[in-house]
Amino acid sequence: MSVRFLPSGDTALVVEFGDRVDRELNARVLRLDAALREHAISGVVETVPTFRSLCIHYDPLQTGAAELIGAVQSLLGQESRVRREATLWRVPVCYENQYAPDMAYVAERTGLSADRVIALHCGTRYHVYMIGFLPGFPYLGDLPAELELARRTDPRLKVPGGSVAIATSLTGIYPVESPGGWHLIGATPIRLFDAKQKTPSLFAPGDQVIFCPISRDDFNRVRSAVTAGGYRPQHGKLVL
Amino acid sequence: MSAALEVIAPGLHTSVQDLGRFGSQRMGVPVSGALDTVSLRLANLLVGNPPGAGALEILHHGPTLNVRAESVRIALASGGEVEVPGDYRRSIPACRSARIRRGEIFQVGALSRAACCYLAVEGGFAIAPCLGSLSTYARGSLGGFEGRALREGDLVPLALSEAGARAELELPRPPTGGRDQTIRVVLGPQHDHFTRRSVAAFLAADYTVSASADRMGIRLDGPSLRHNHKGYDIISDAVATGAIQVPGTGQPIILLADHQTTGGYPKIATIISADLPIVGRRVPGDPIRFTAVNQQQAEQIRRAQEAELQELIRAVRPVPAGKDLDLDSLYHGNLISGVVSGDD
Repeated sequence: MSVRFLPSGDTALVVEFGDRVDRELNARVLRLDAALREHAISGVVETVPTFRSLCIHYDPLQTGAAELIGAVQSLLGQESRVRREATLWRVPVCYENQYAPDMAYVAERTGLSADRVIALHCGTRYHVYMIGFLPGFPYLGDLPAELELARRTDPRLKVPGGSVAIATSLTGIYPVESPGGWHLIGATPIRLFDAKQKTPSLFAPGDQVIFCPISRDDFNRVRSAVTAGGYRPQHGKLVL
Repeated sequence: MSAALEVIAPGLHTSVQDLGRFGSQRMGVPVSGALDTVSLRLANLLVGNPPGAGALEILHHGPTLNVRAESVRIALASGGEVEVPGDYRRSIPACRSARIRRGEIFQVGALSRAACCYLAVEGGFAIAPCLGSLSTYARGSLGGFEGRALREGDLVPLALSEAGARAELELPRPPTGGRDQTIRVVLGPQHDHFTRRSVAAFLAADYTVSASADRMGIRLDGPSLRHNHKGYDIISDAVATGAIQVPGTGQPIILLADHQTTGGYPKIATIISADLPIVGRRVPGDPIRFTAVNQQQAEQIRRAQEAELQELIRAVRPVPAGKDLDLDSLYHGNLISGVVSGDD
């Protein structure tokens, strides 16, 4: 399968695999990412995997796009041999009203009961396509088709940190308070990003996530544990 | 008490920045760092620091600082001027190092011709790096001094309690790159989302820096650009510093140091790295014109610029006798007050 090499100035080269939000395209992005990280090519500053492309940030004083295209092409044939490790996370979410200001809207627009929305949202194992927008913000998919809605036409100026939200075929979690245009259907007490940790972002691209409904009391208990430090949500290793 | 600079007045937006935080963009952490990396490097050079040491980035209007150390050696680059208003009143021009003593208050006023300048201190600041960098990312409360711009009353810790004994240094000339220089871009990565006429208009137009300009980006005033049938929503992808994104309004936005790592608008072009420092210095109302080069040319331009910069660095010299304002003679000698300008 062919890829497109797109210039992004003289410090970045984009390797584009397609133009859809698609698990197979994303798997190819993540495989090339893993292969490039394993080979530590001189002049590559860092790589950023996104839905359907890999961005290679480089130092033009050390390398150039022509060399990088050559290096990528030689890796493209063999990147499937790279074993990729990932983590499966169980993320507690409270879907009660105070954390779900858009639940009524989502229920109305989808024609489903709130309970059904929650069951669908919790009944899927999501793939972390990429981290972006904010430190630690995971783009998770794919949402059950019944829950797909366009973004809000009027984005909120302040979405509370921890909000669990849906838009288009995706779901995500706002790590900190920020503006945002997705529909808020719950909140998690866990921390998604902590610069003081060895791996600051809880999730990495390629990880998997399952949401588990909790009560408001449990939410408060977990939040206290998070604040006290040392709380980590349930997780397990995956080899893909 | 440990050595520090005490913030009497913070200025408009003064923050610790270095050459940027690399390696964490995959976690959604912006690169941040100096808007004008050339000036940051020069300021550090003049006080004997490594080029990428953390320094104070000053936007538009500088801070007033009190020296809470035996002495501190400072340098400002590439614009602005340091005023020391006390008993030994003097002004220190940009691109020259100088020593300031305990209890002296010094200030950087309004910058007249540039949006930013850098105040480096010998030895740097005694601040622990966050994710490998001292750069402040204020929106994410990360890095720098307490993850934010400086405030009145802050004590910014210095690594050295006293300036080293050595001659002051100066640059023989400021770095090149004027306000009217045409900015070079590489088209893409999504110029195929625009009508051919809009791409031509983008390269022919006179844009100006609007009032909406900060560390995240610069909104441009000027001709609106039209997307073609591919539209103005793309599947979010990664963003390079200097990318020019065009949302549905058609008004281009240049993405600078604190830009998000990913974005969902098409990017018509990306400013070449050699010209980013020049763009970082532009102020609202300044003109911006673009011209296209290809990626290979952009890489060559950057390498040539770096060679030129190394030449400028080699030309750094001790401040010539007579121009050097030796503090000891100032304190103990016969100088009667009055403004001592370093420019004469």
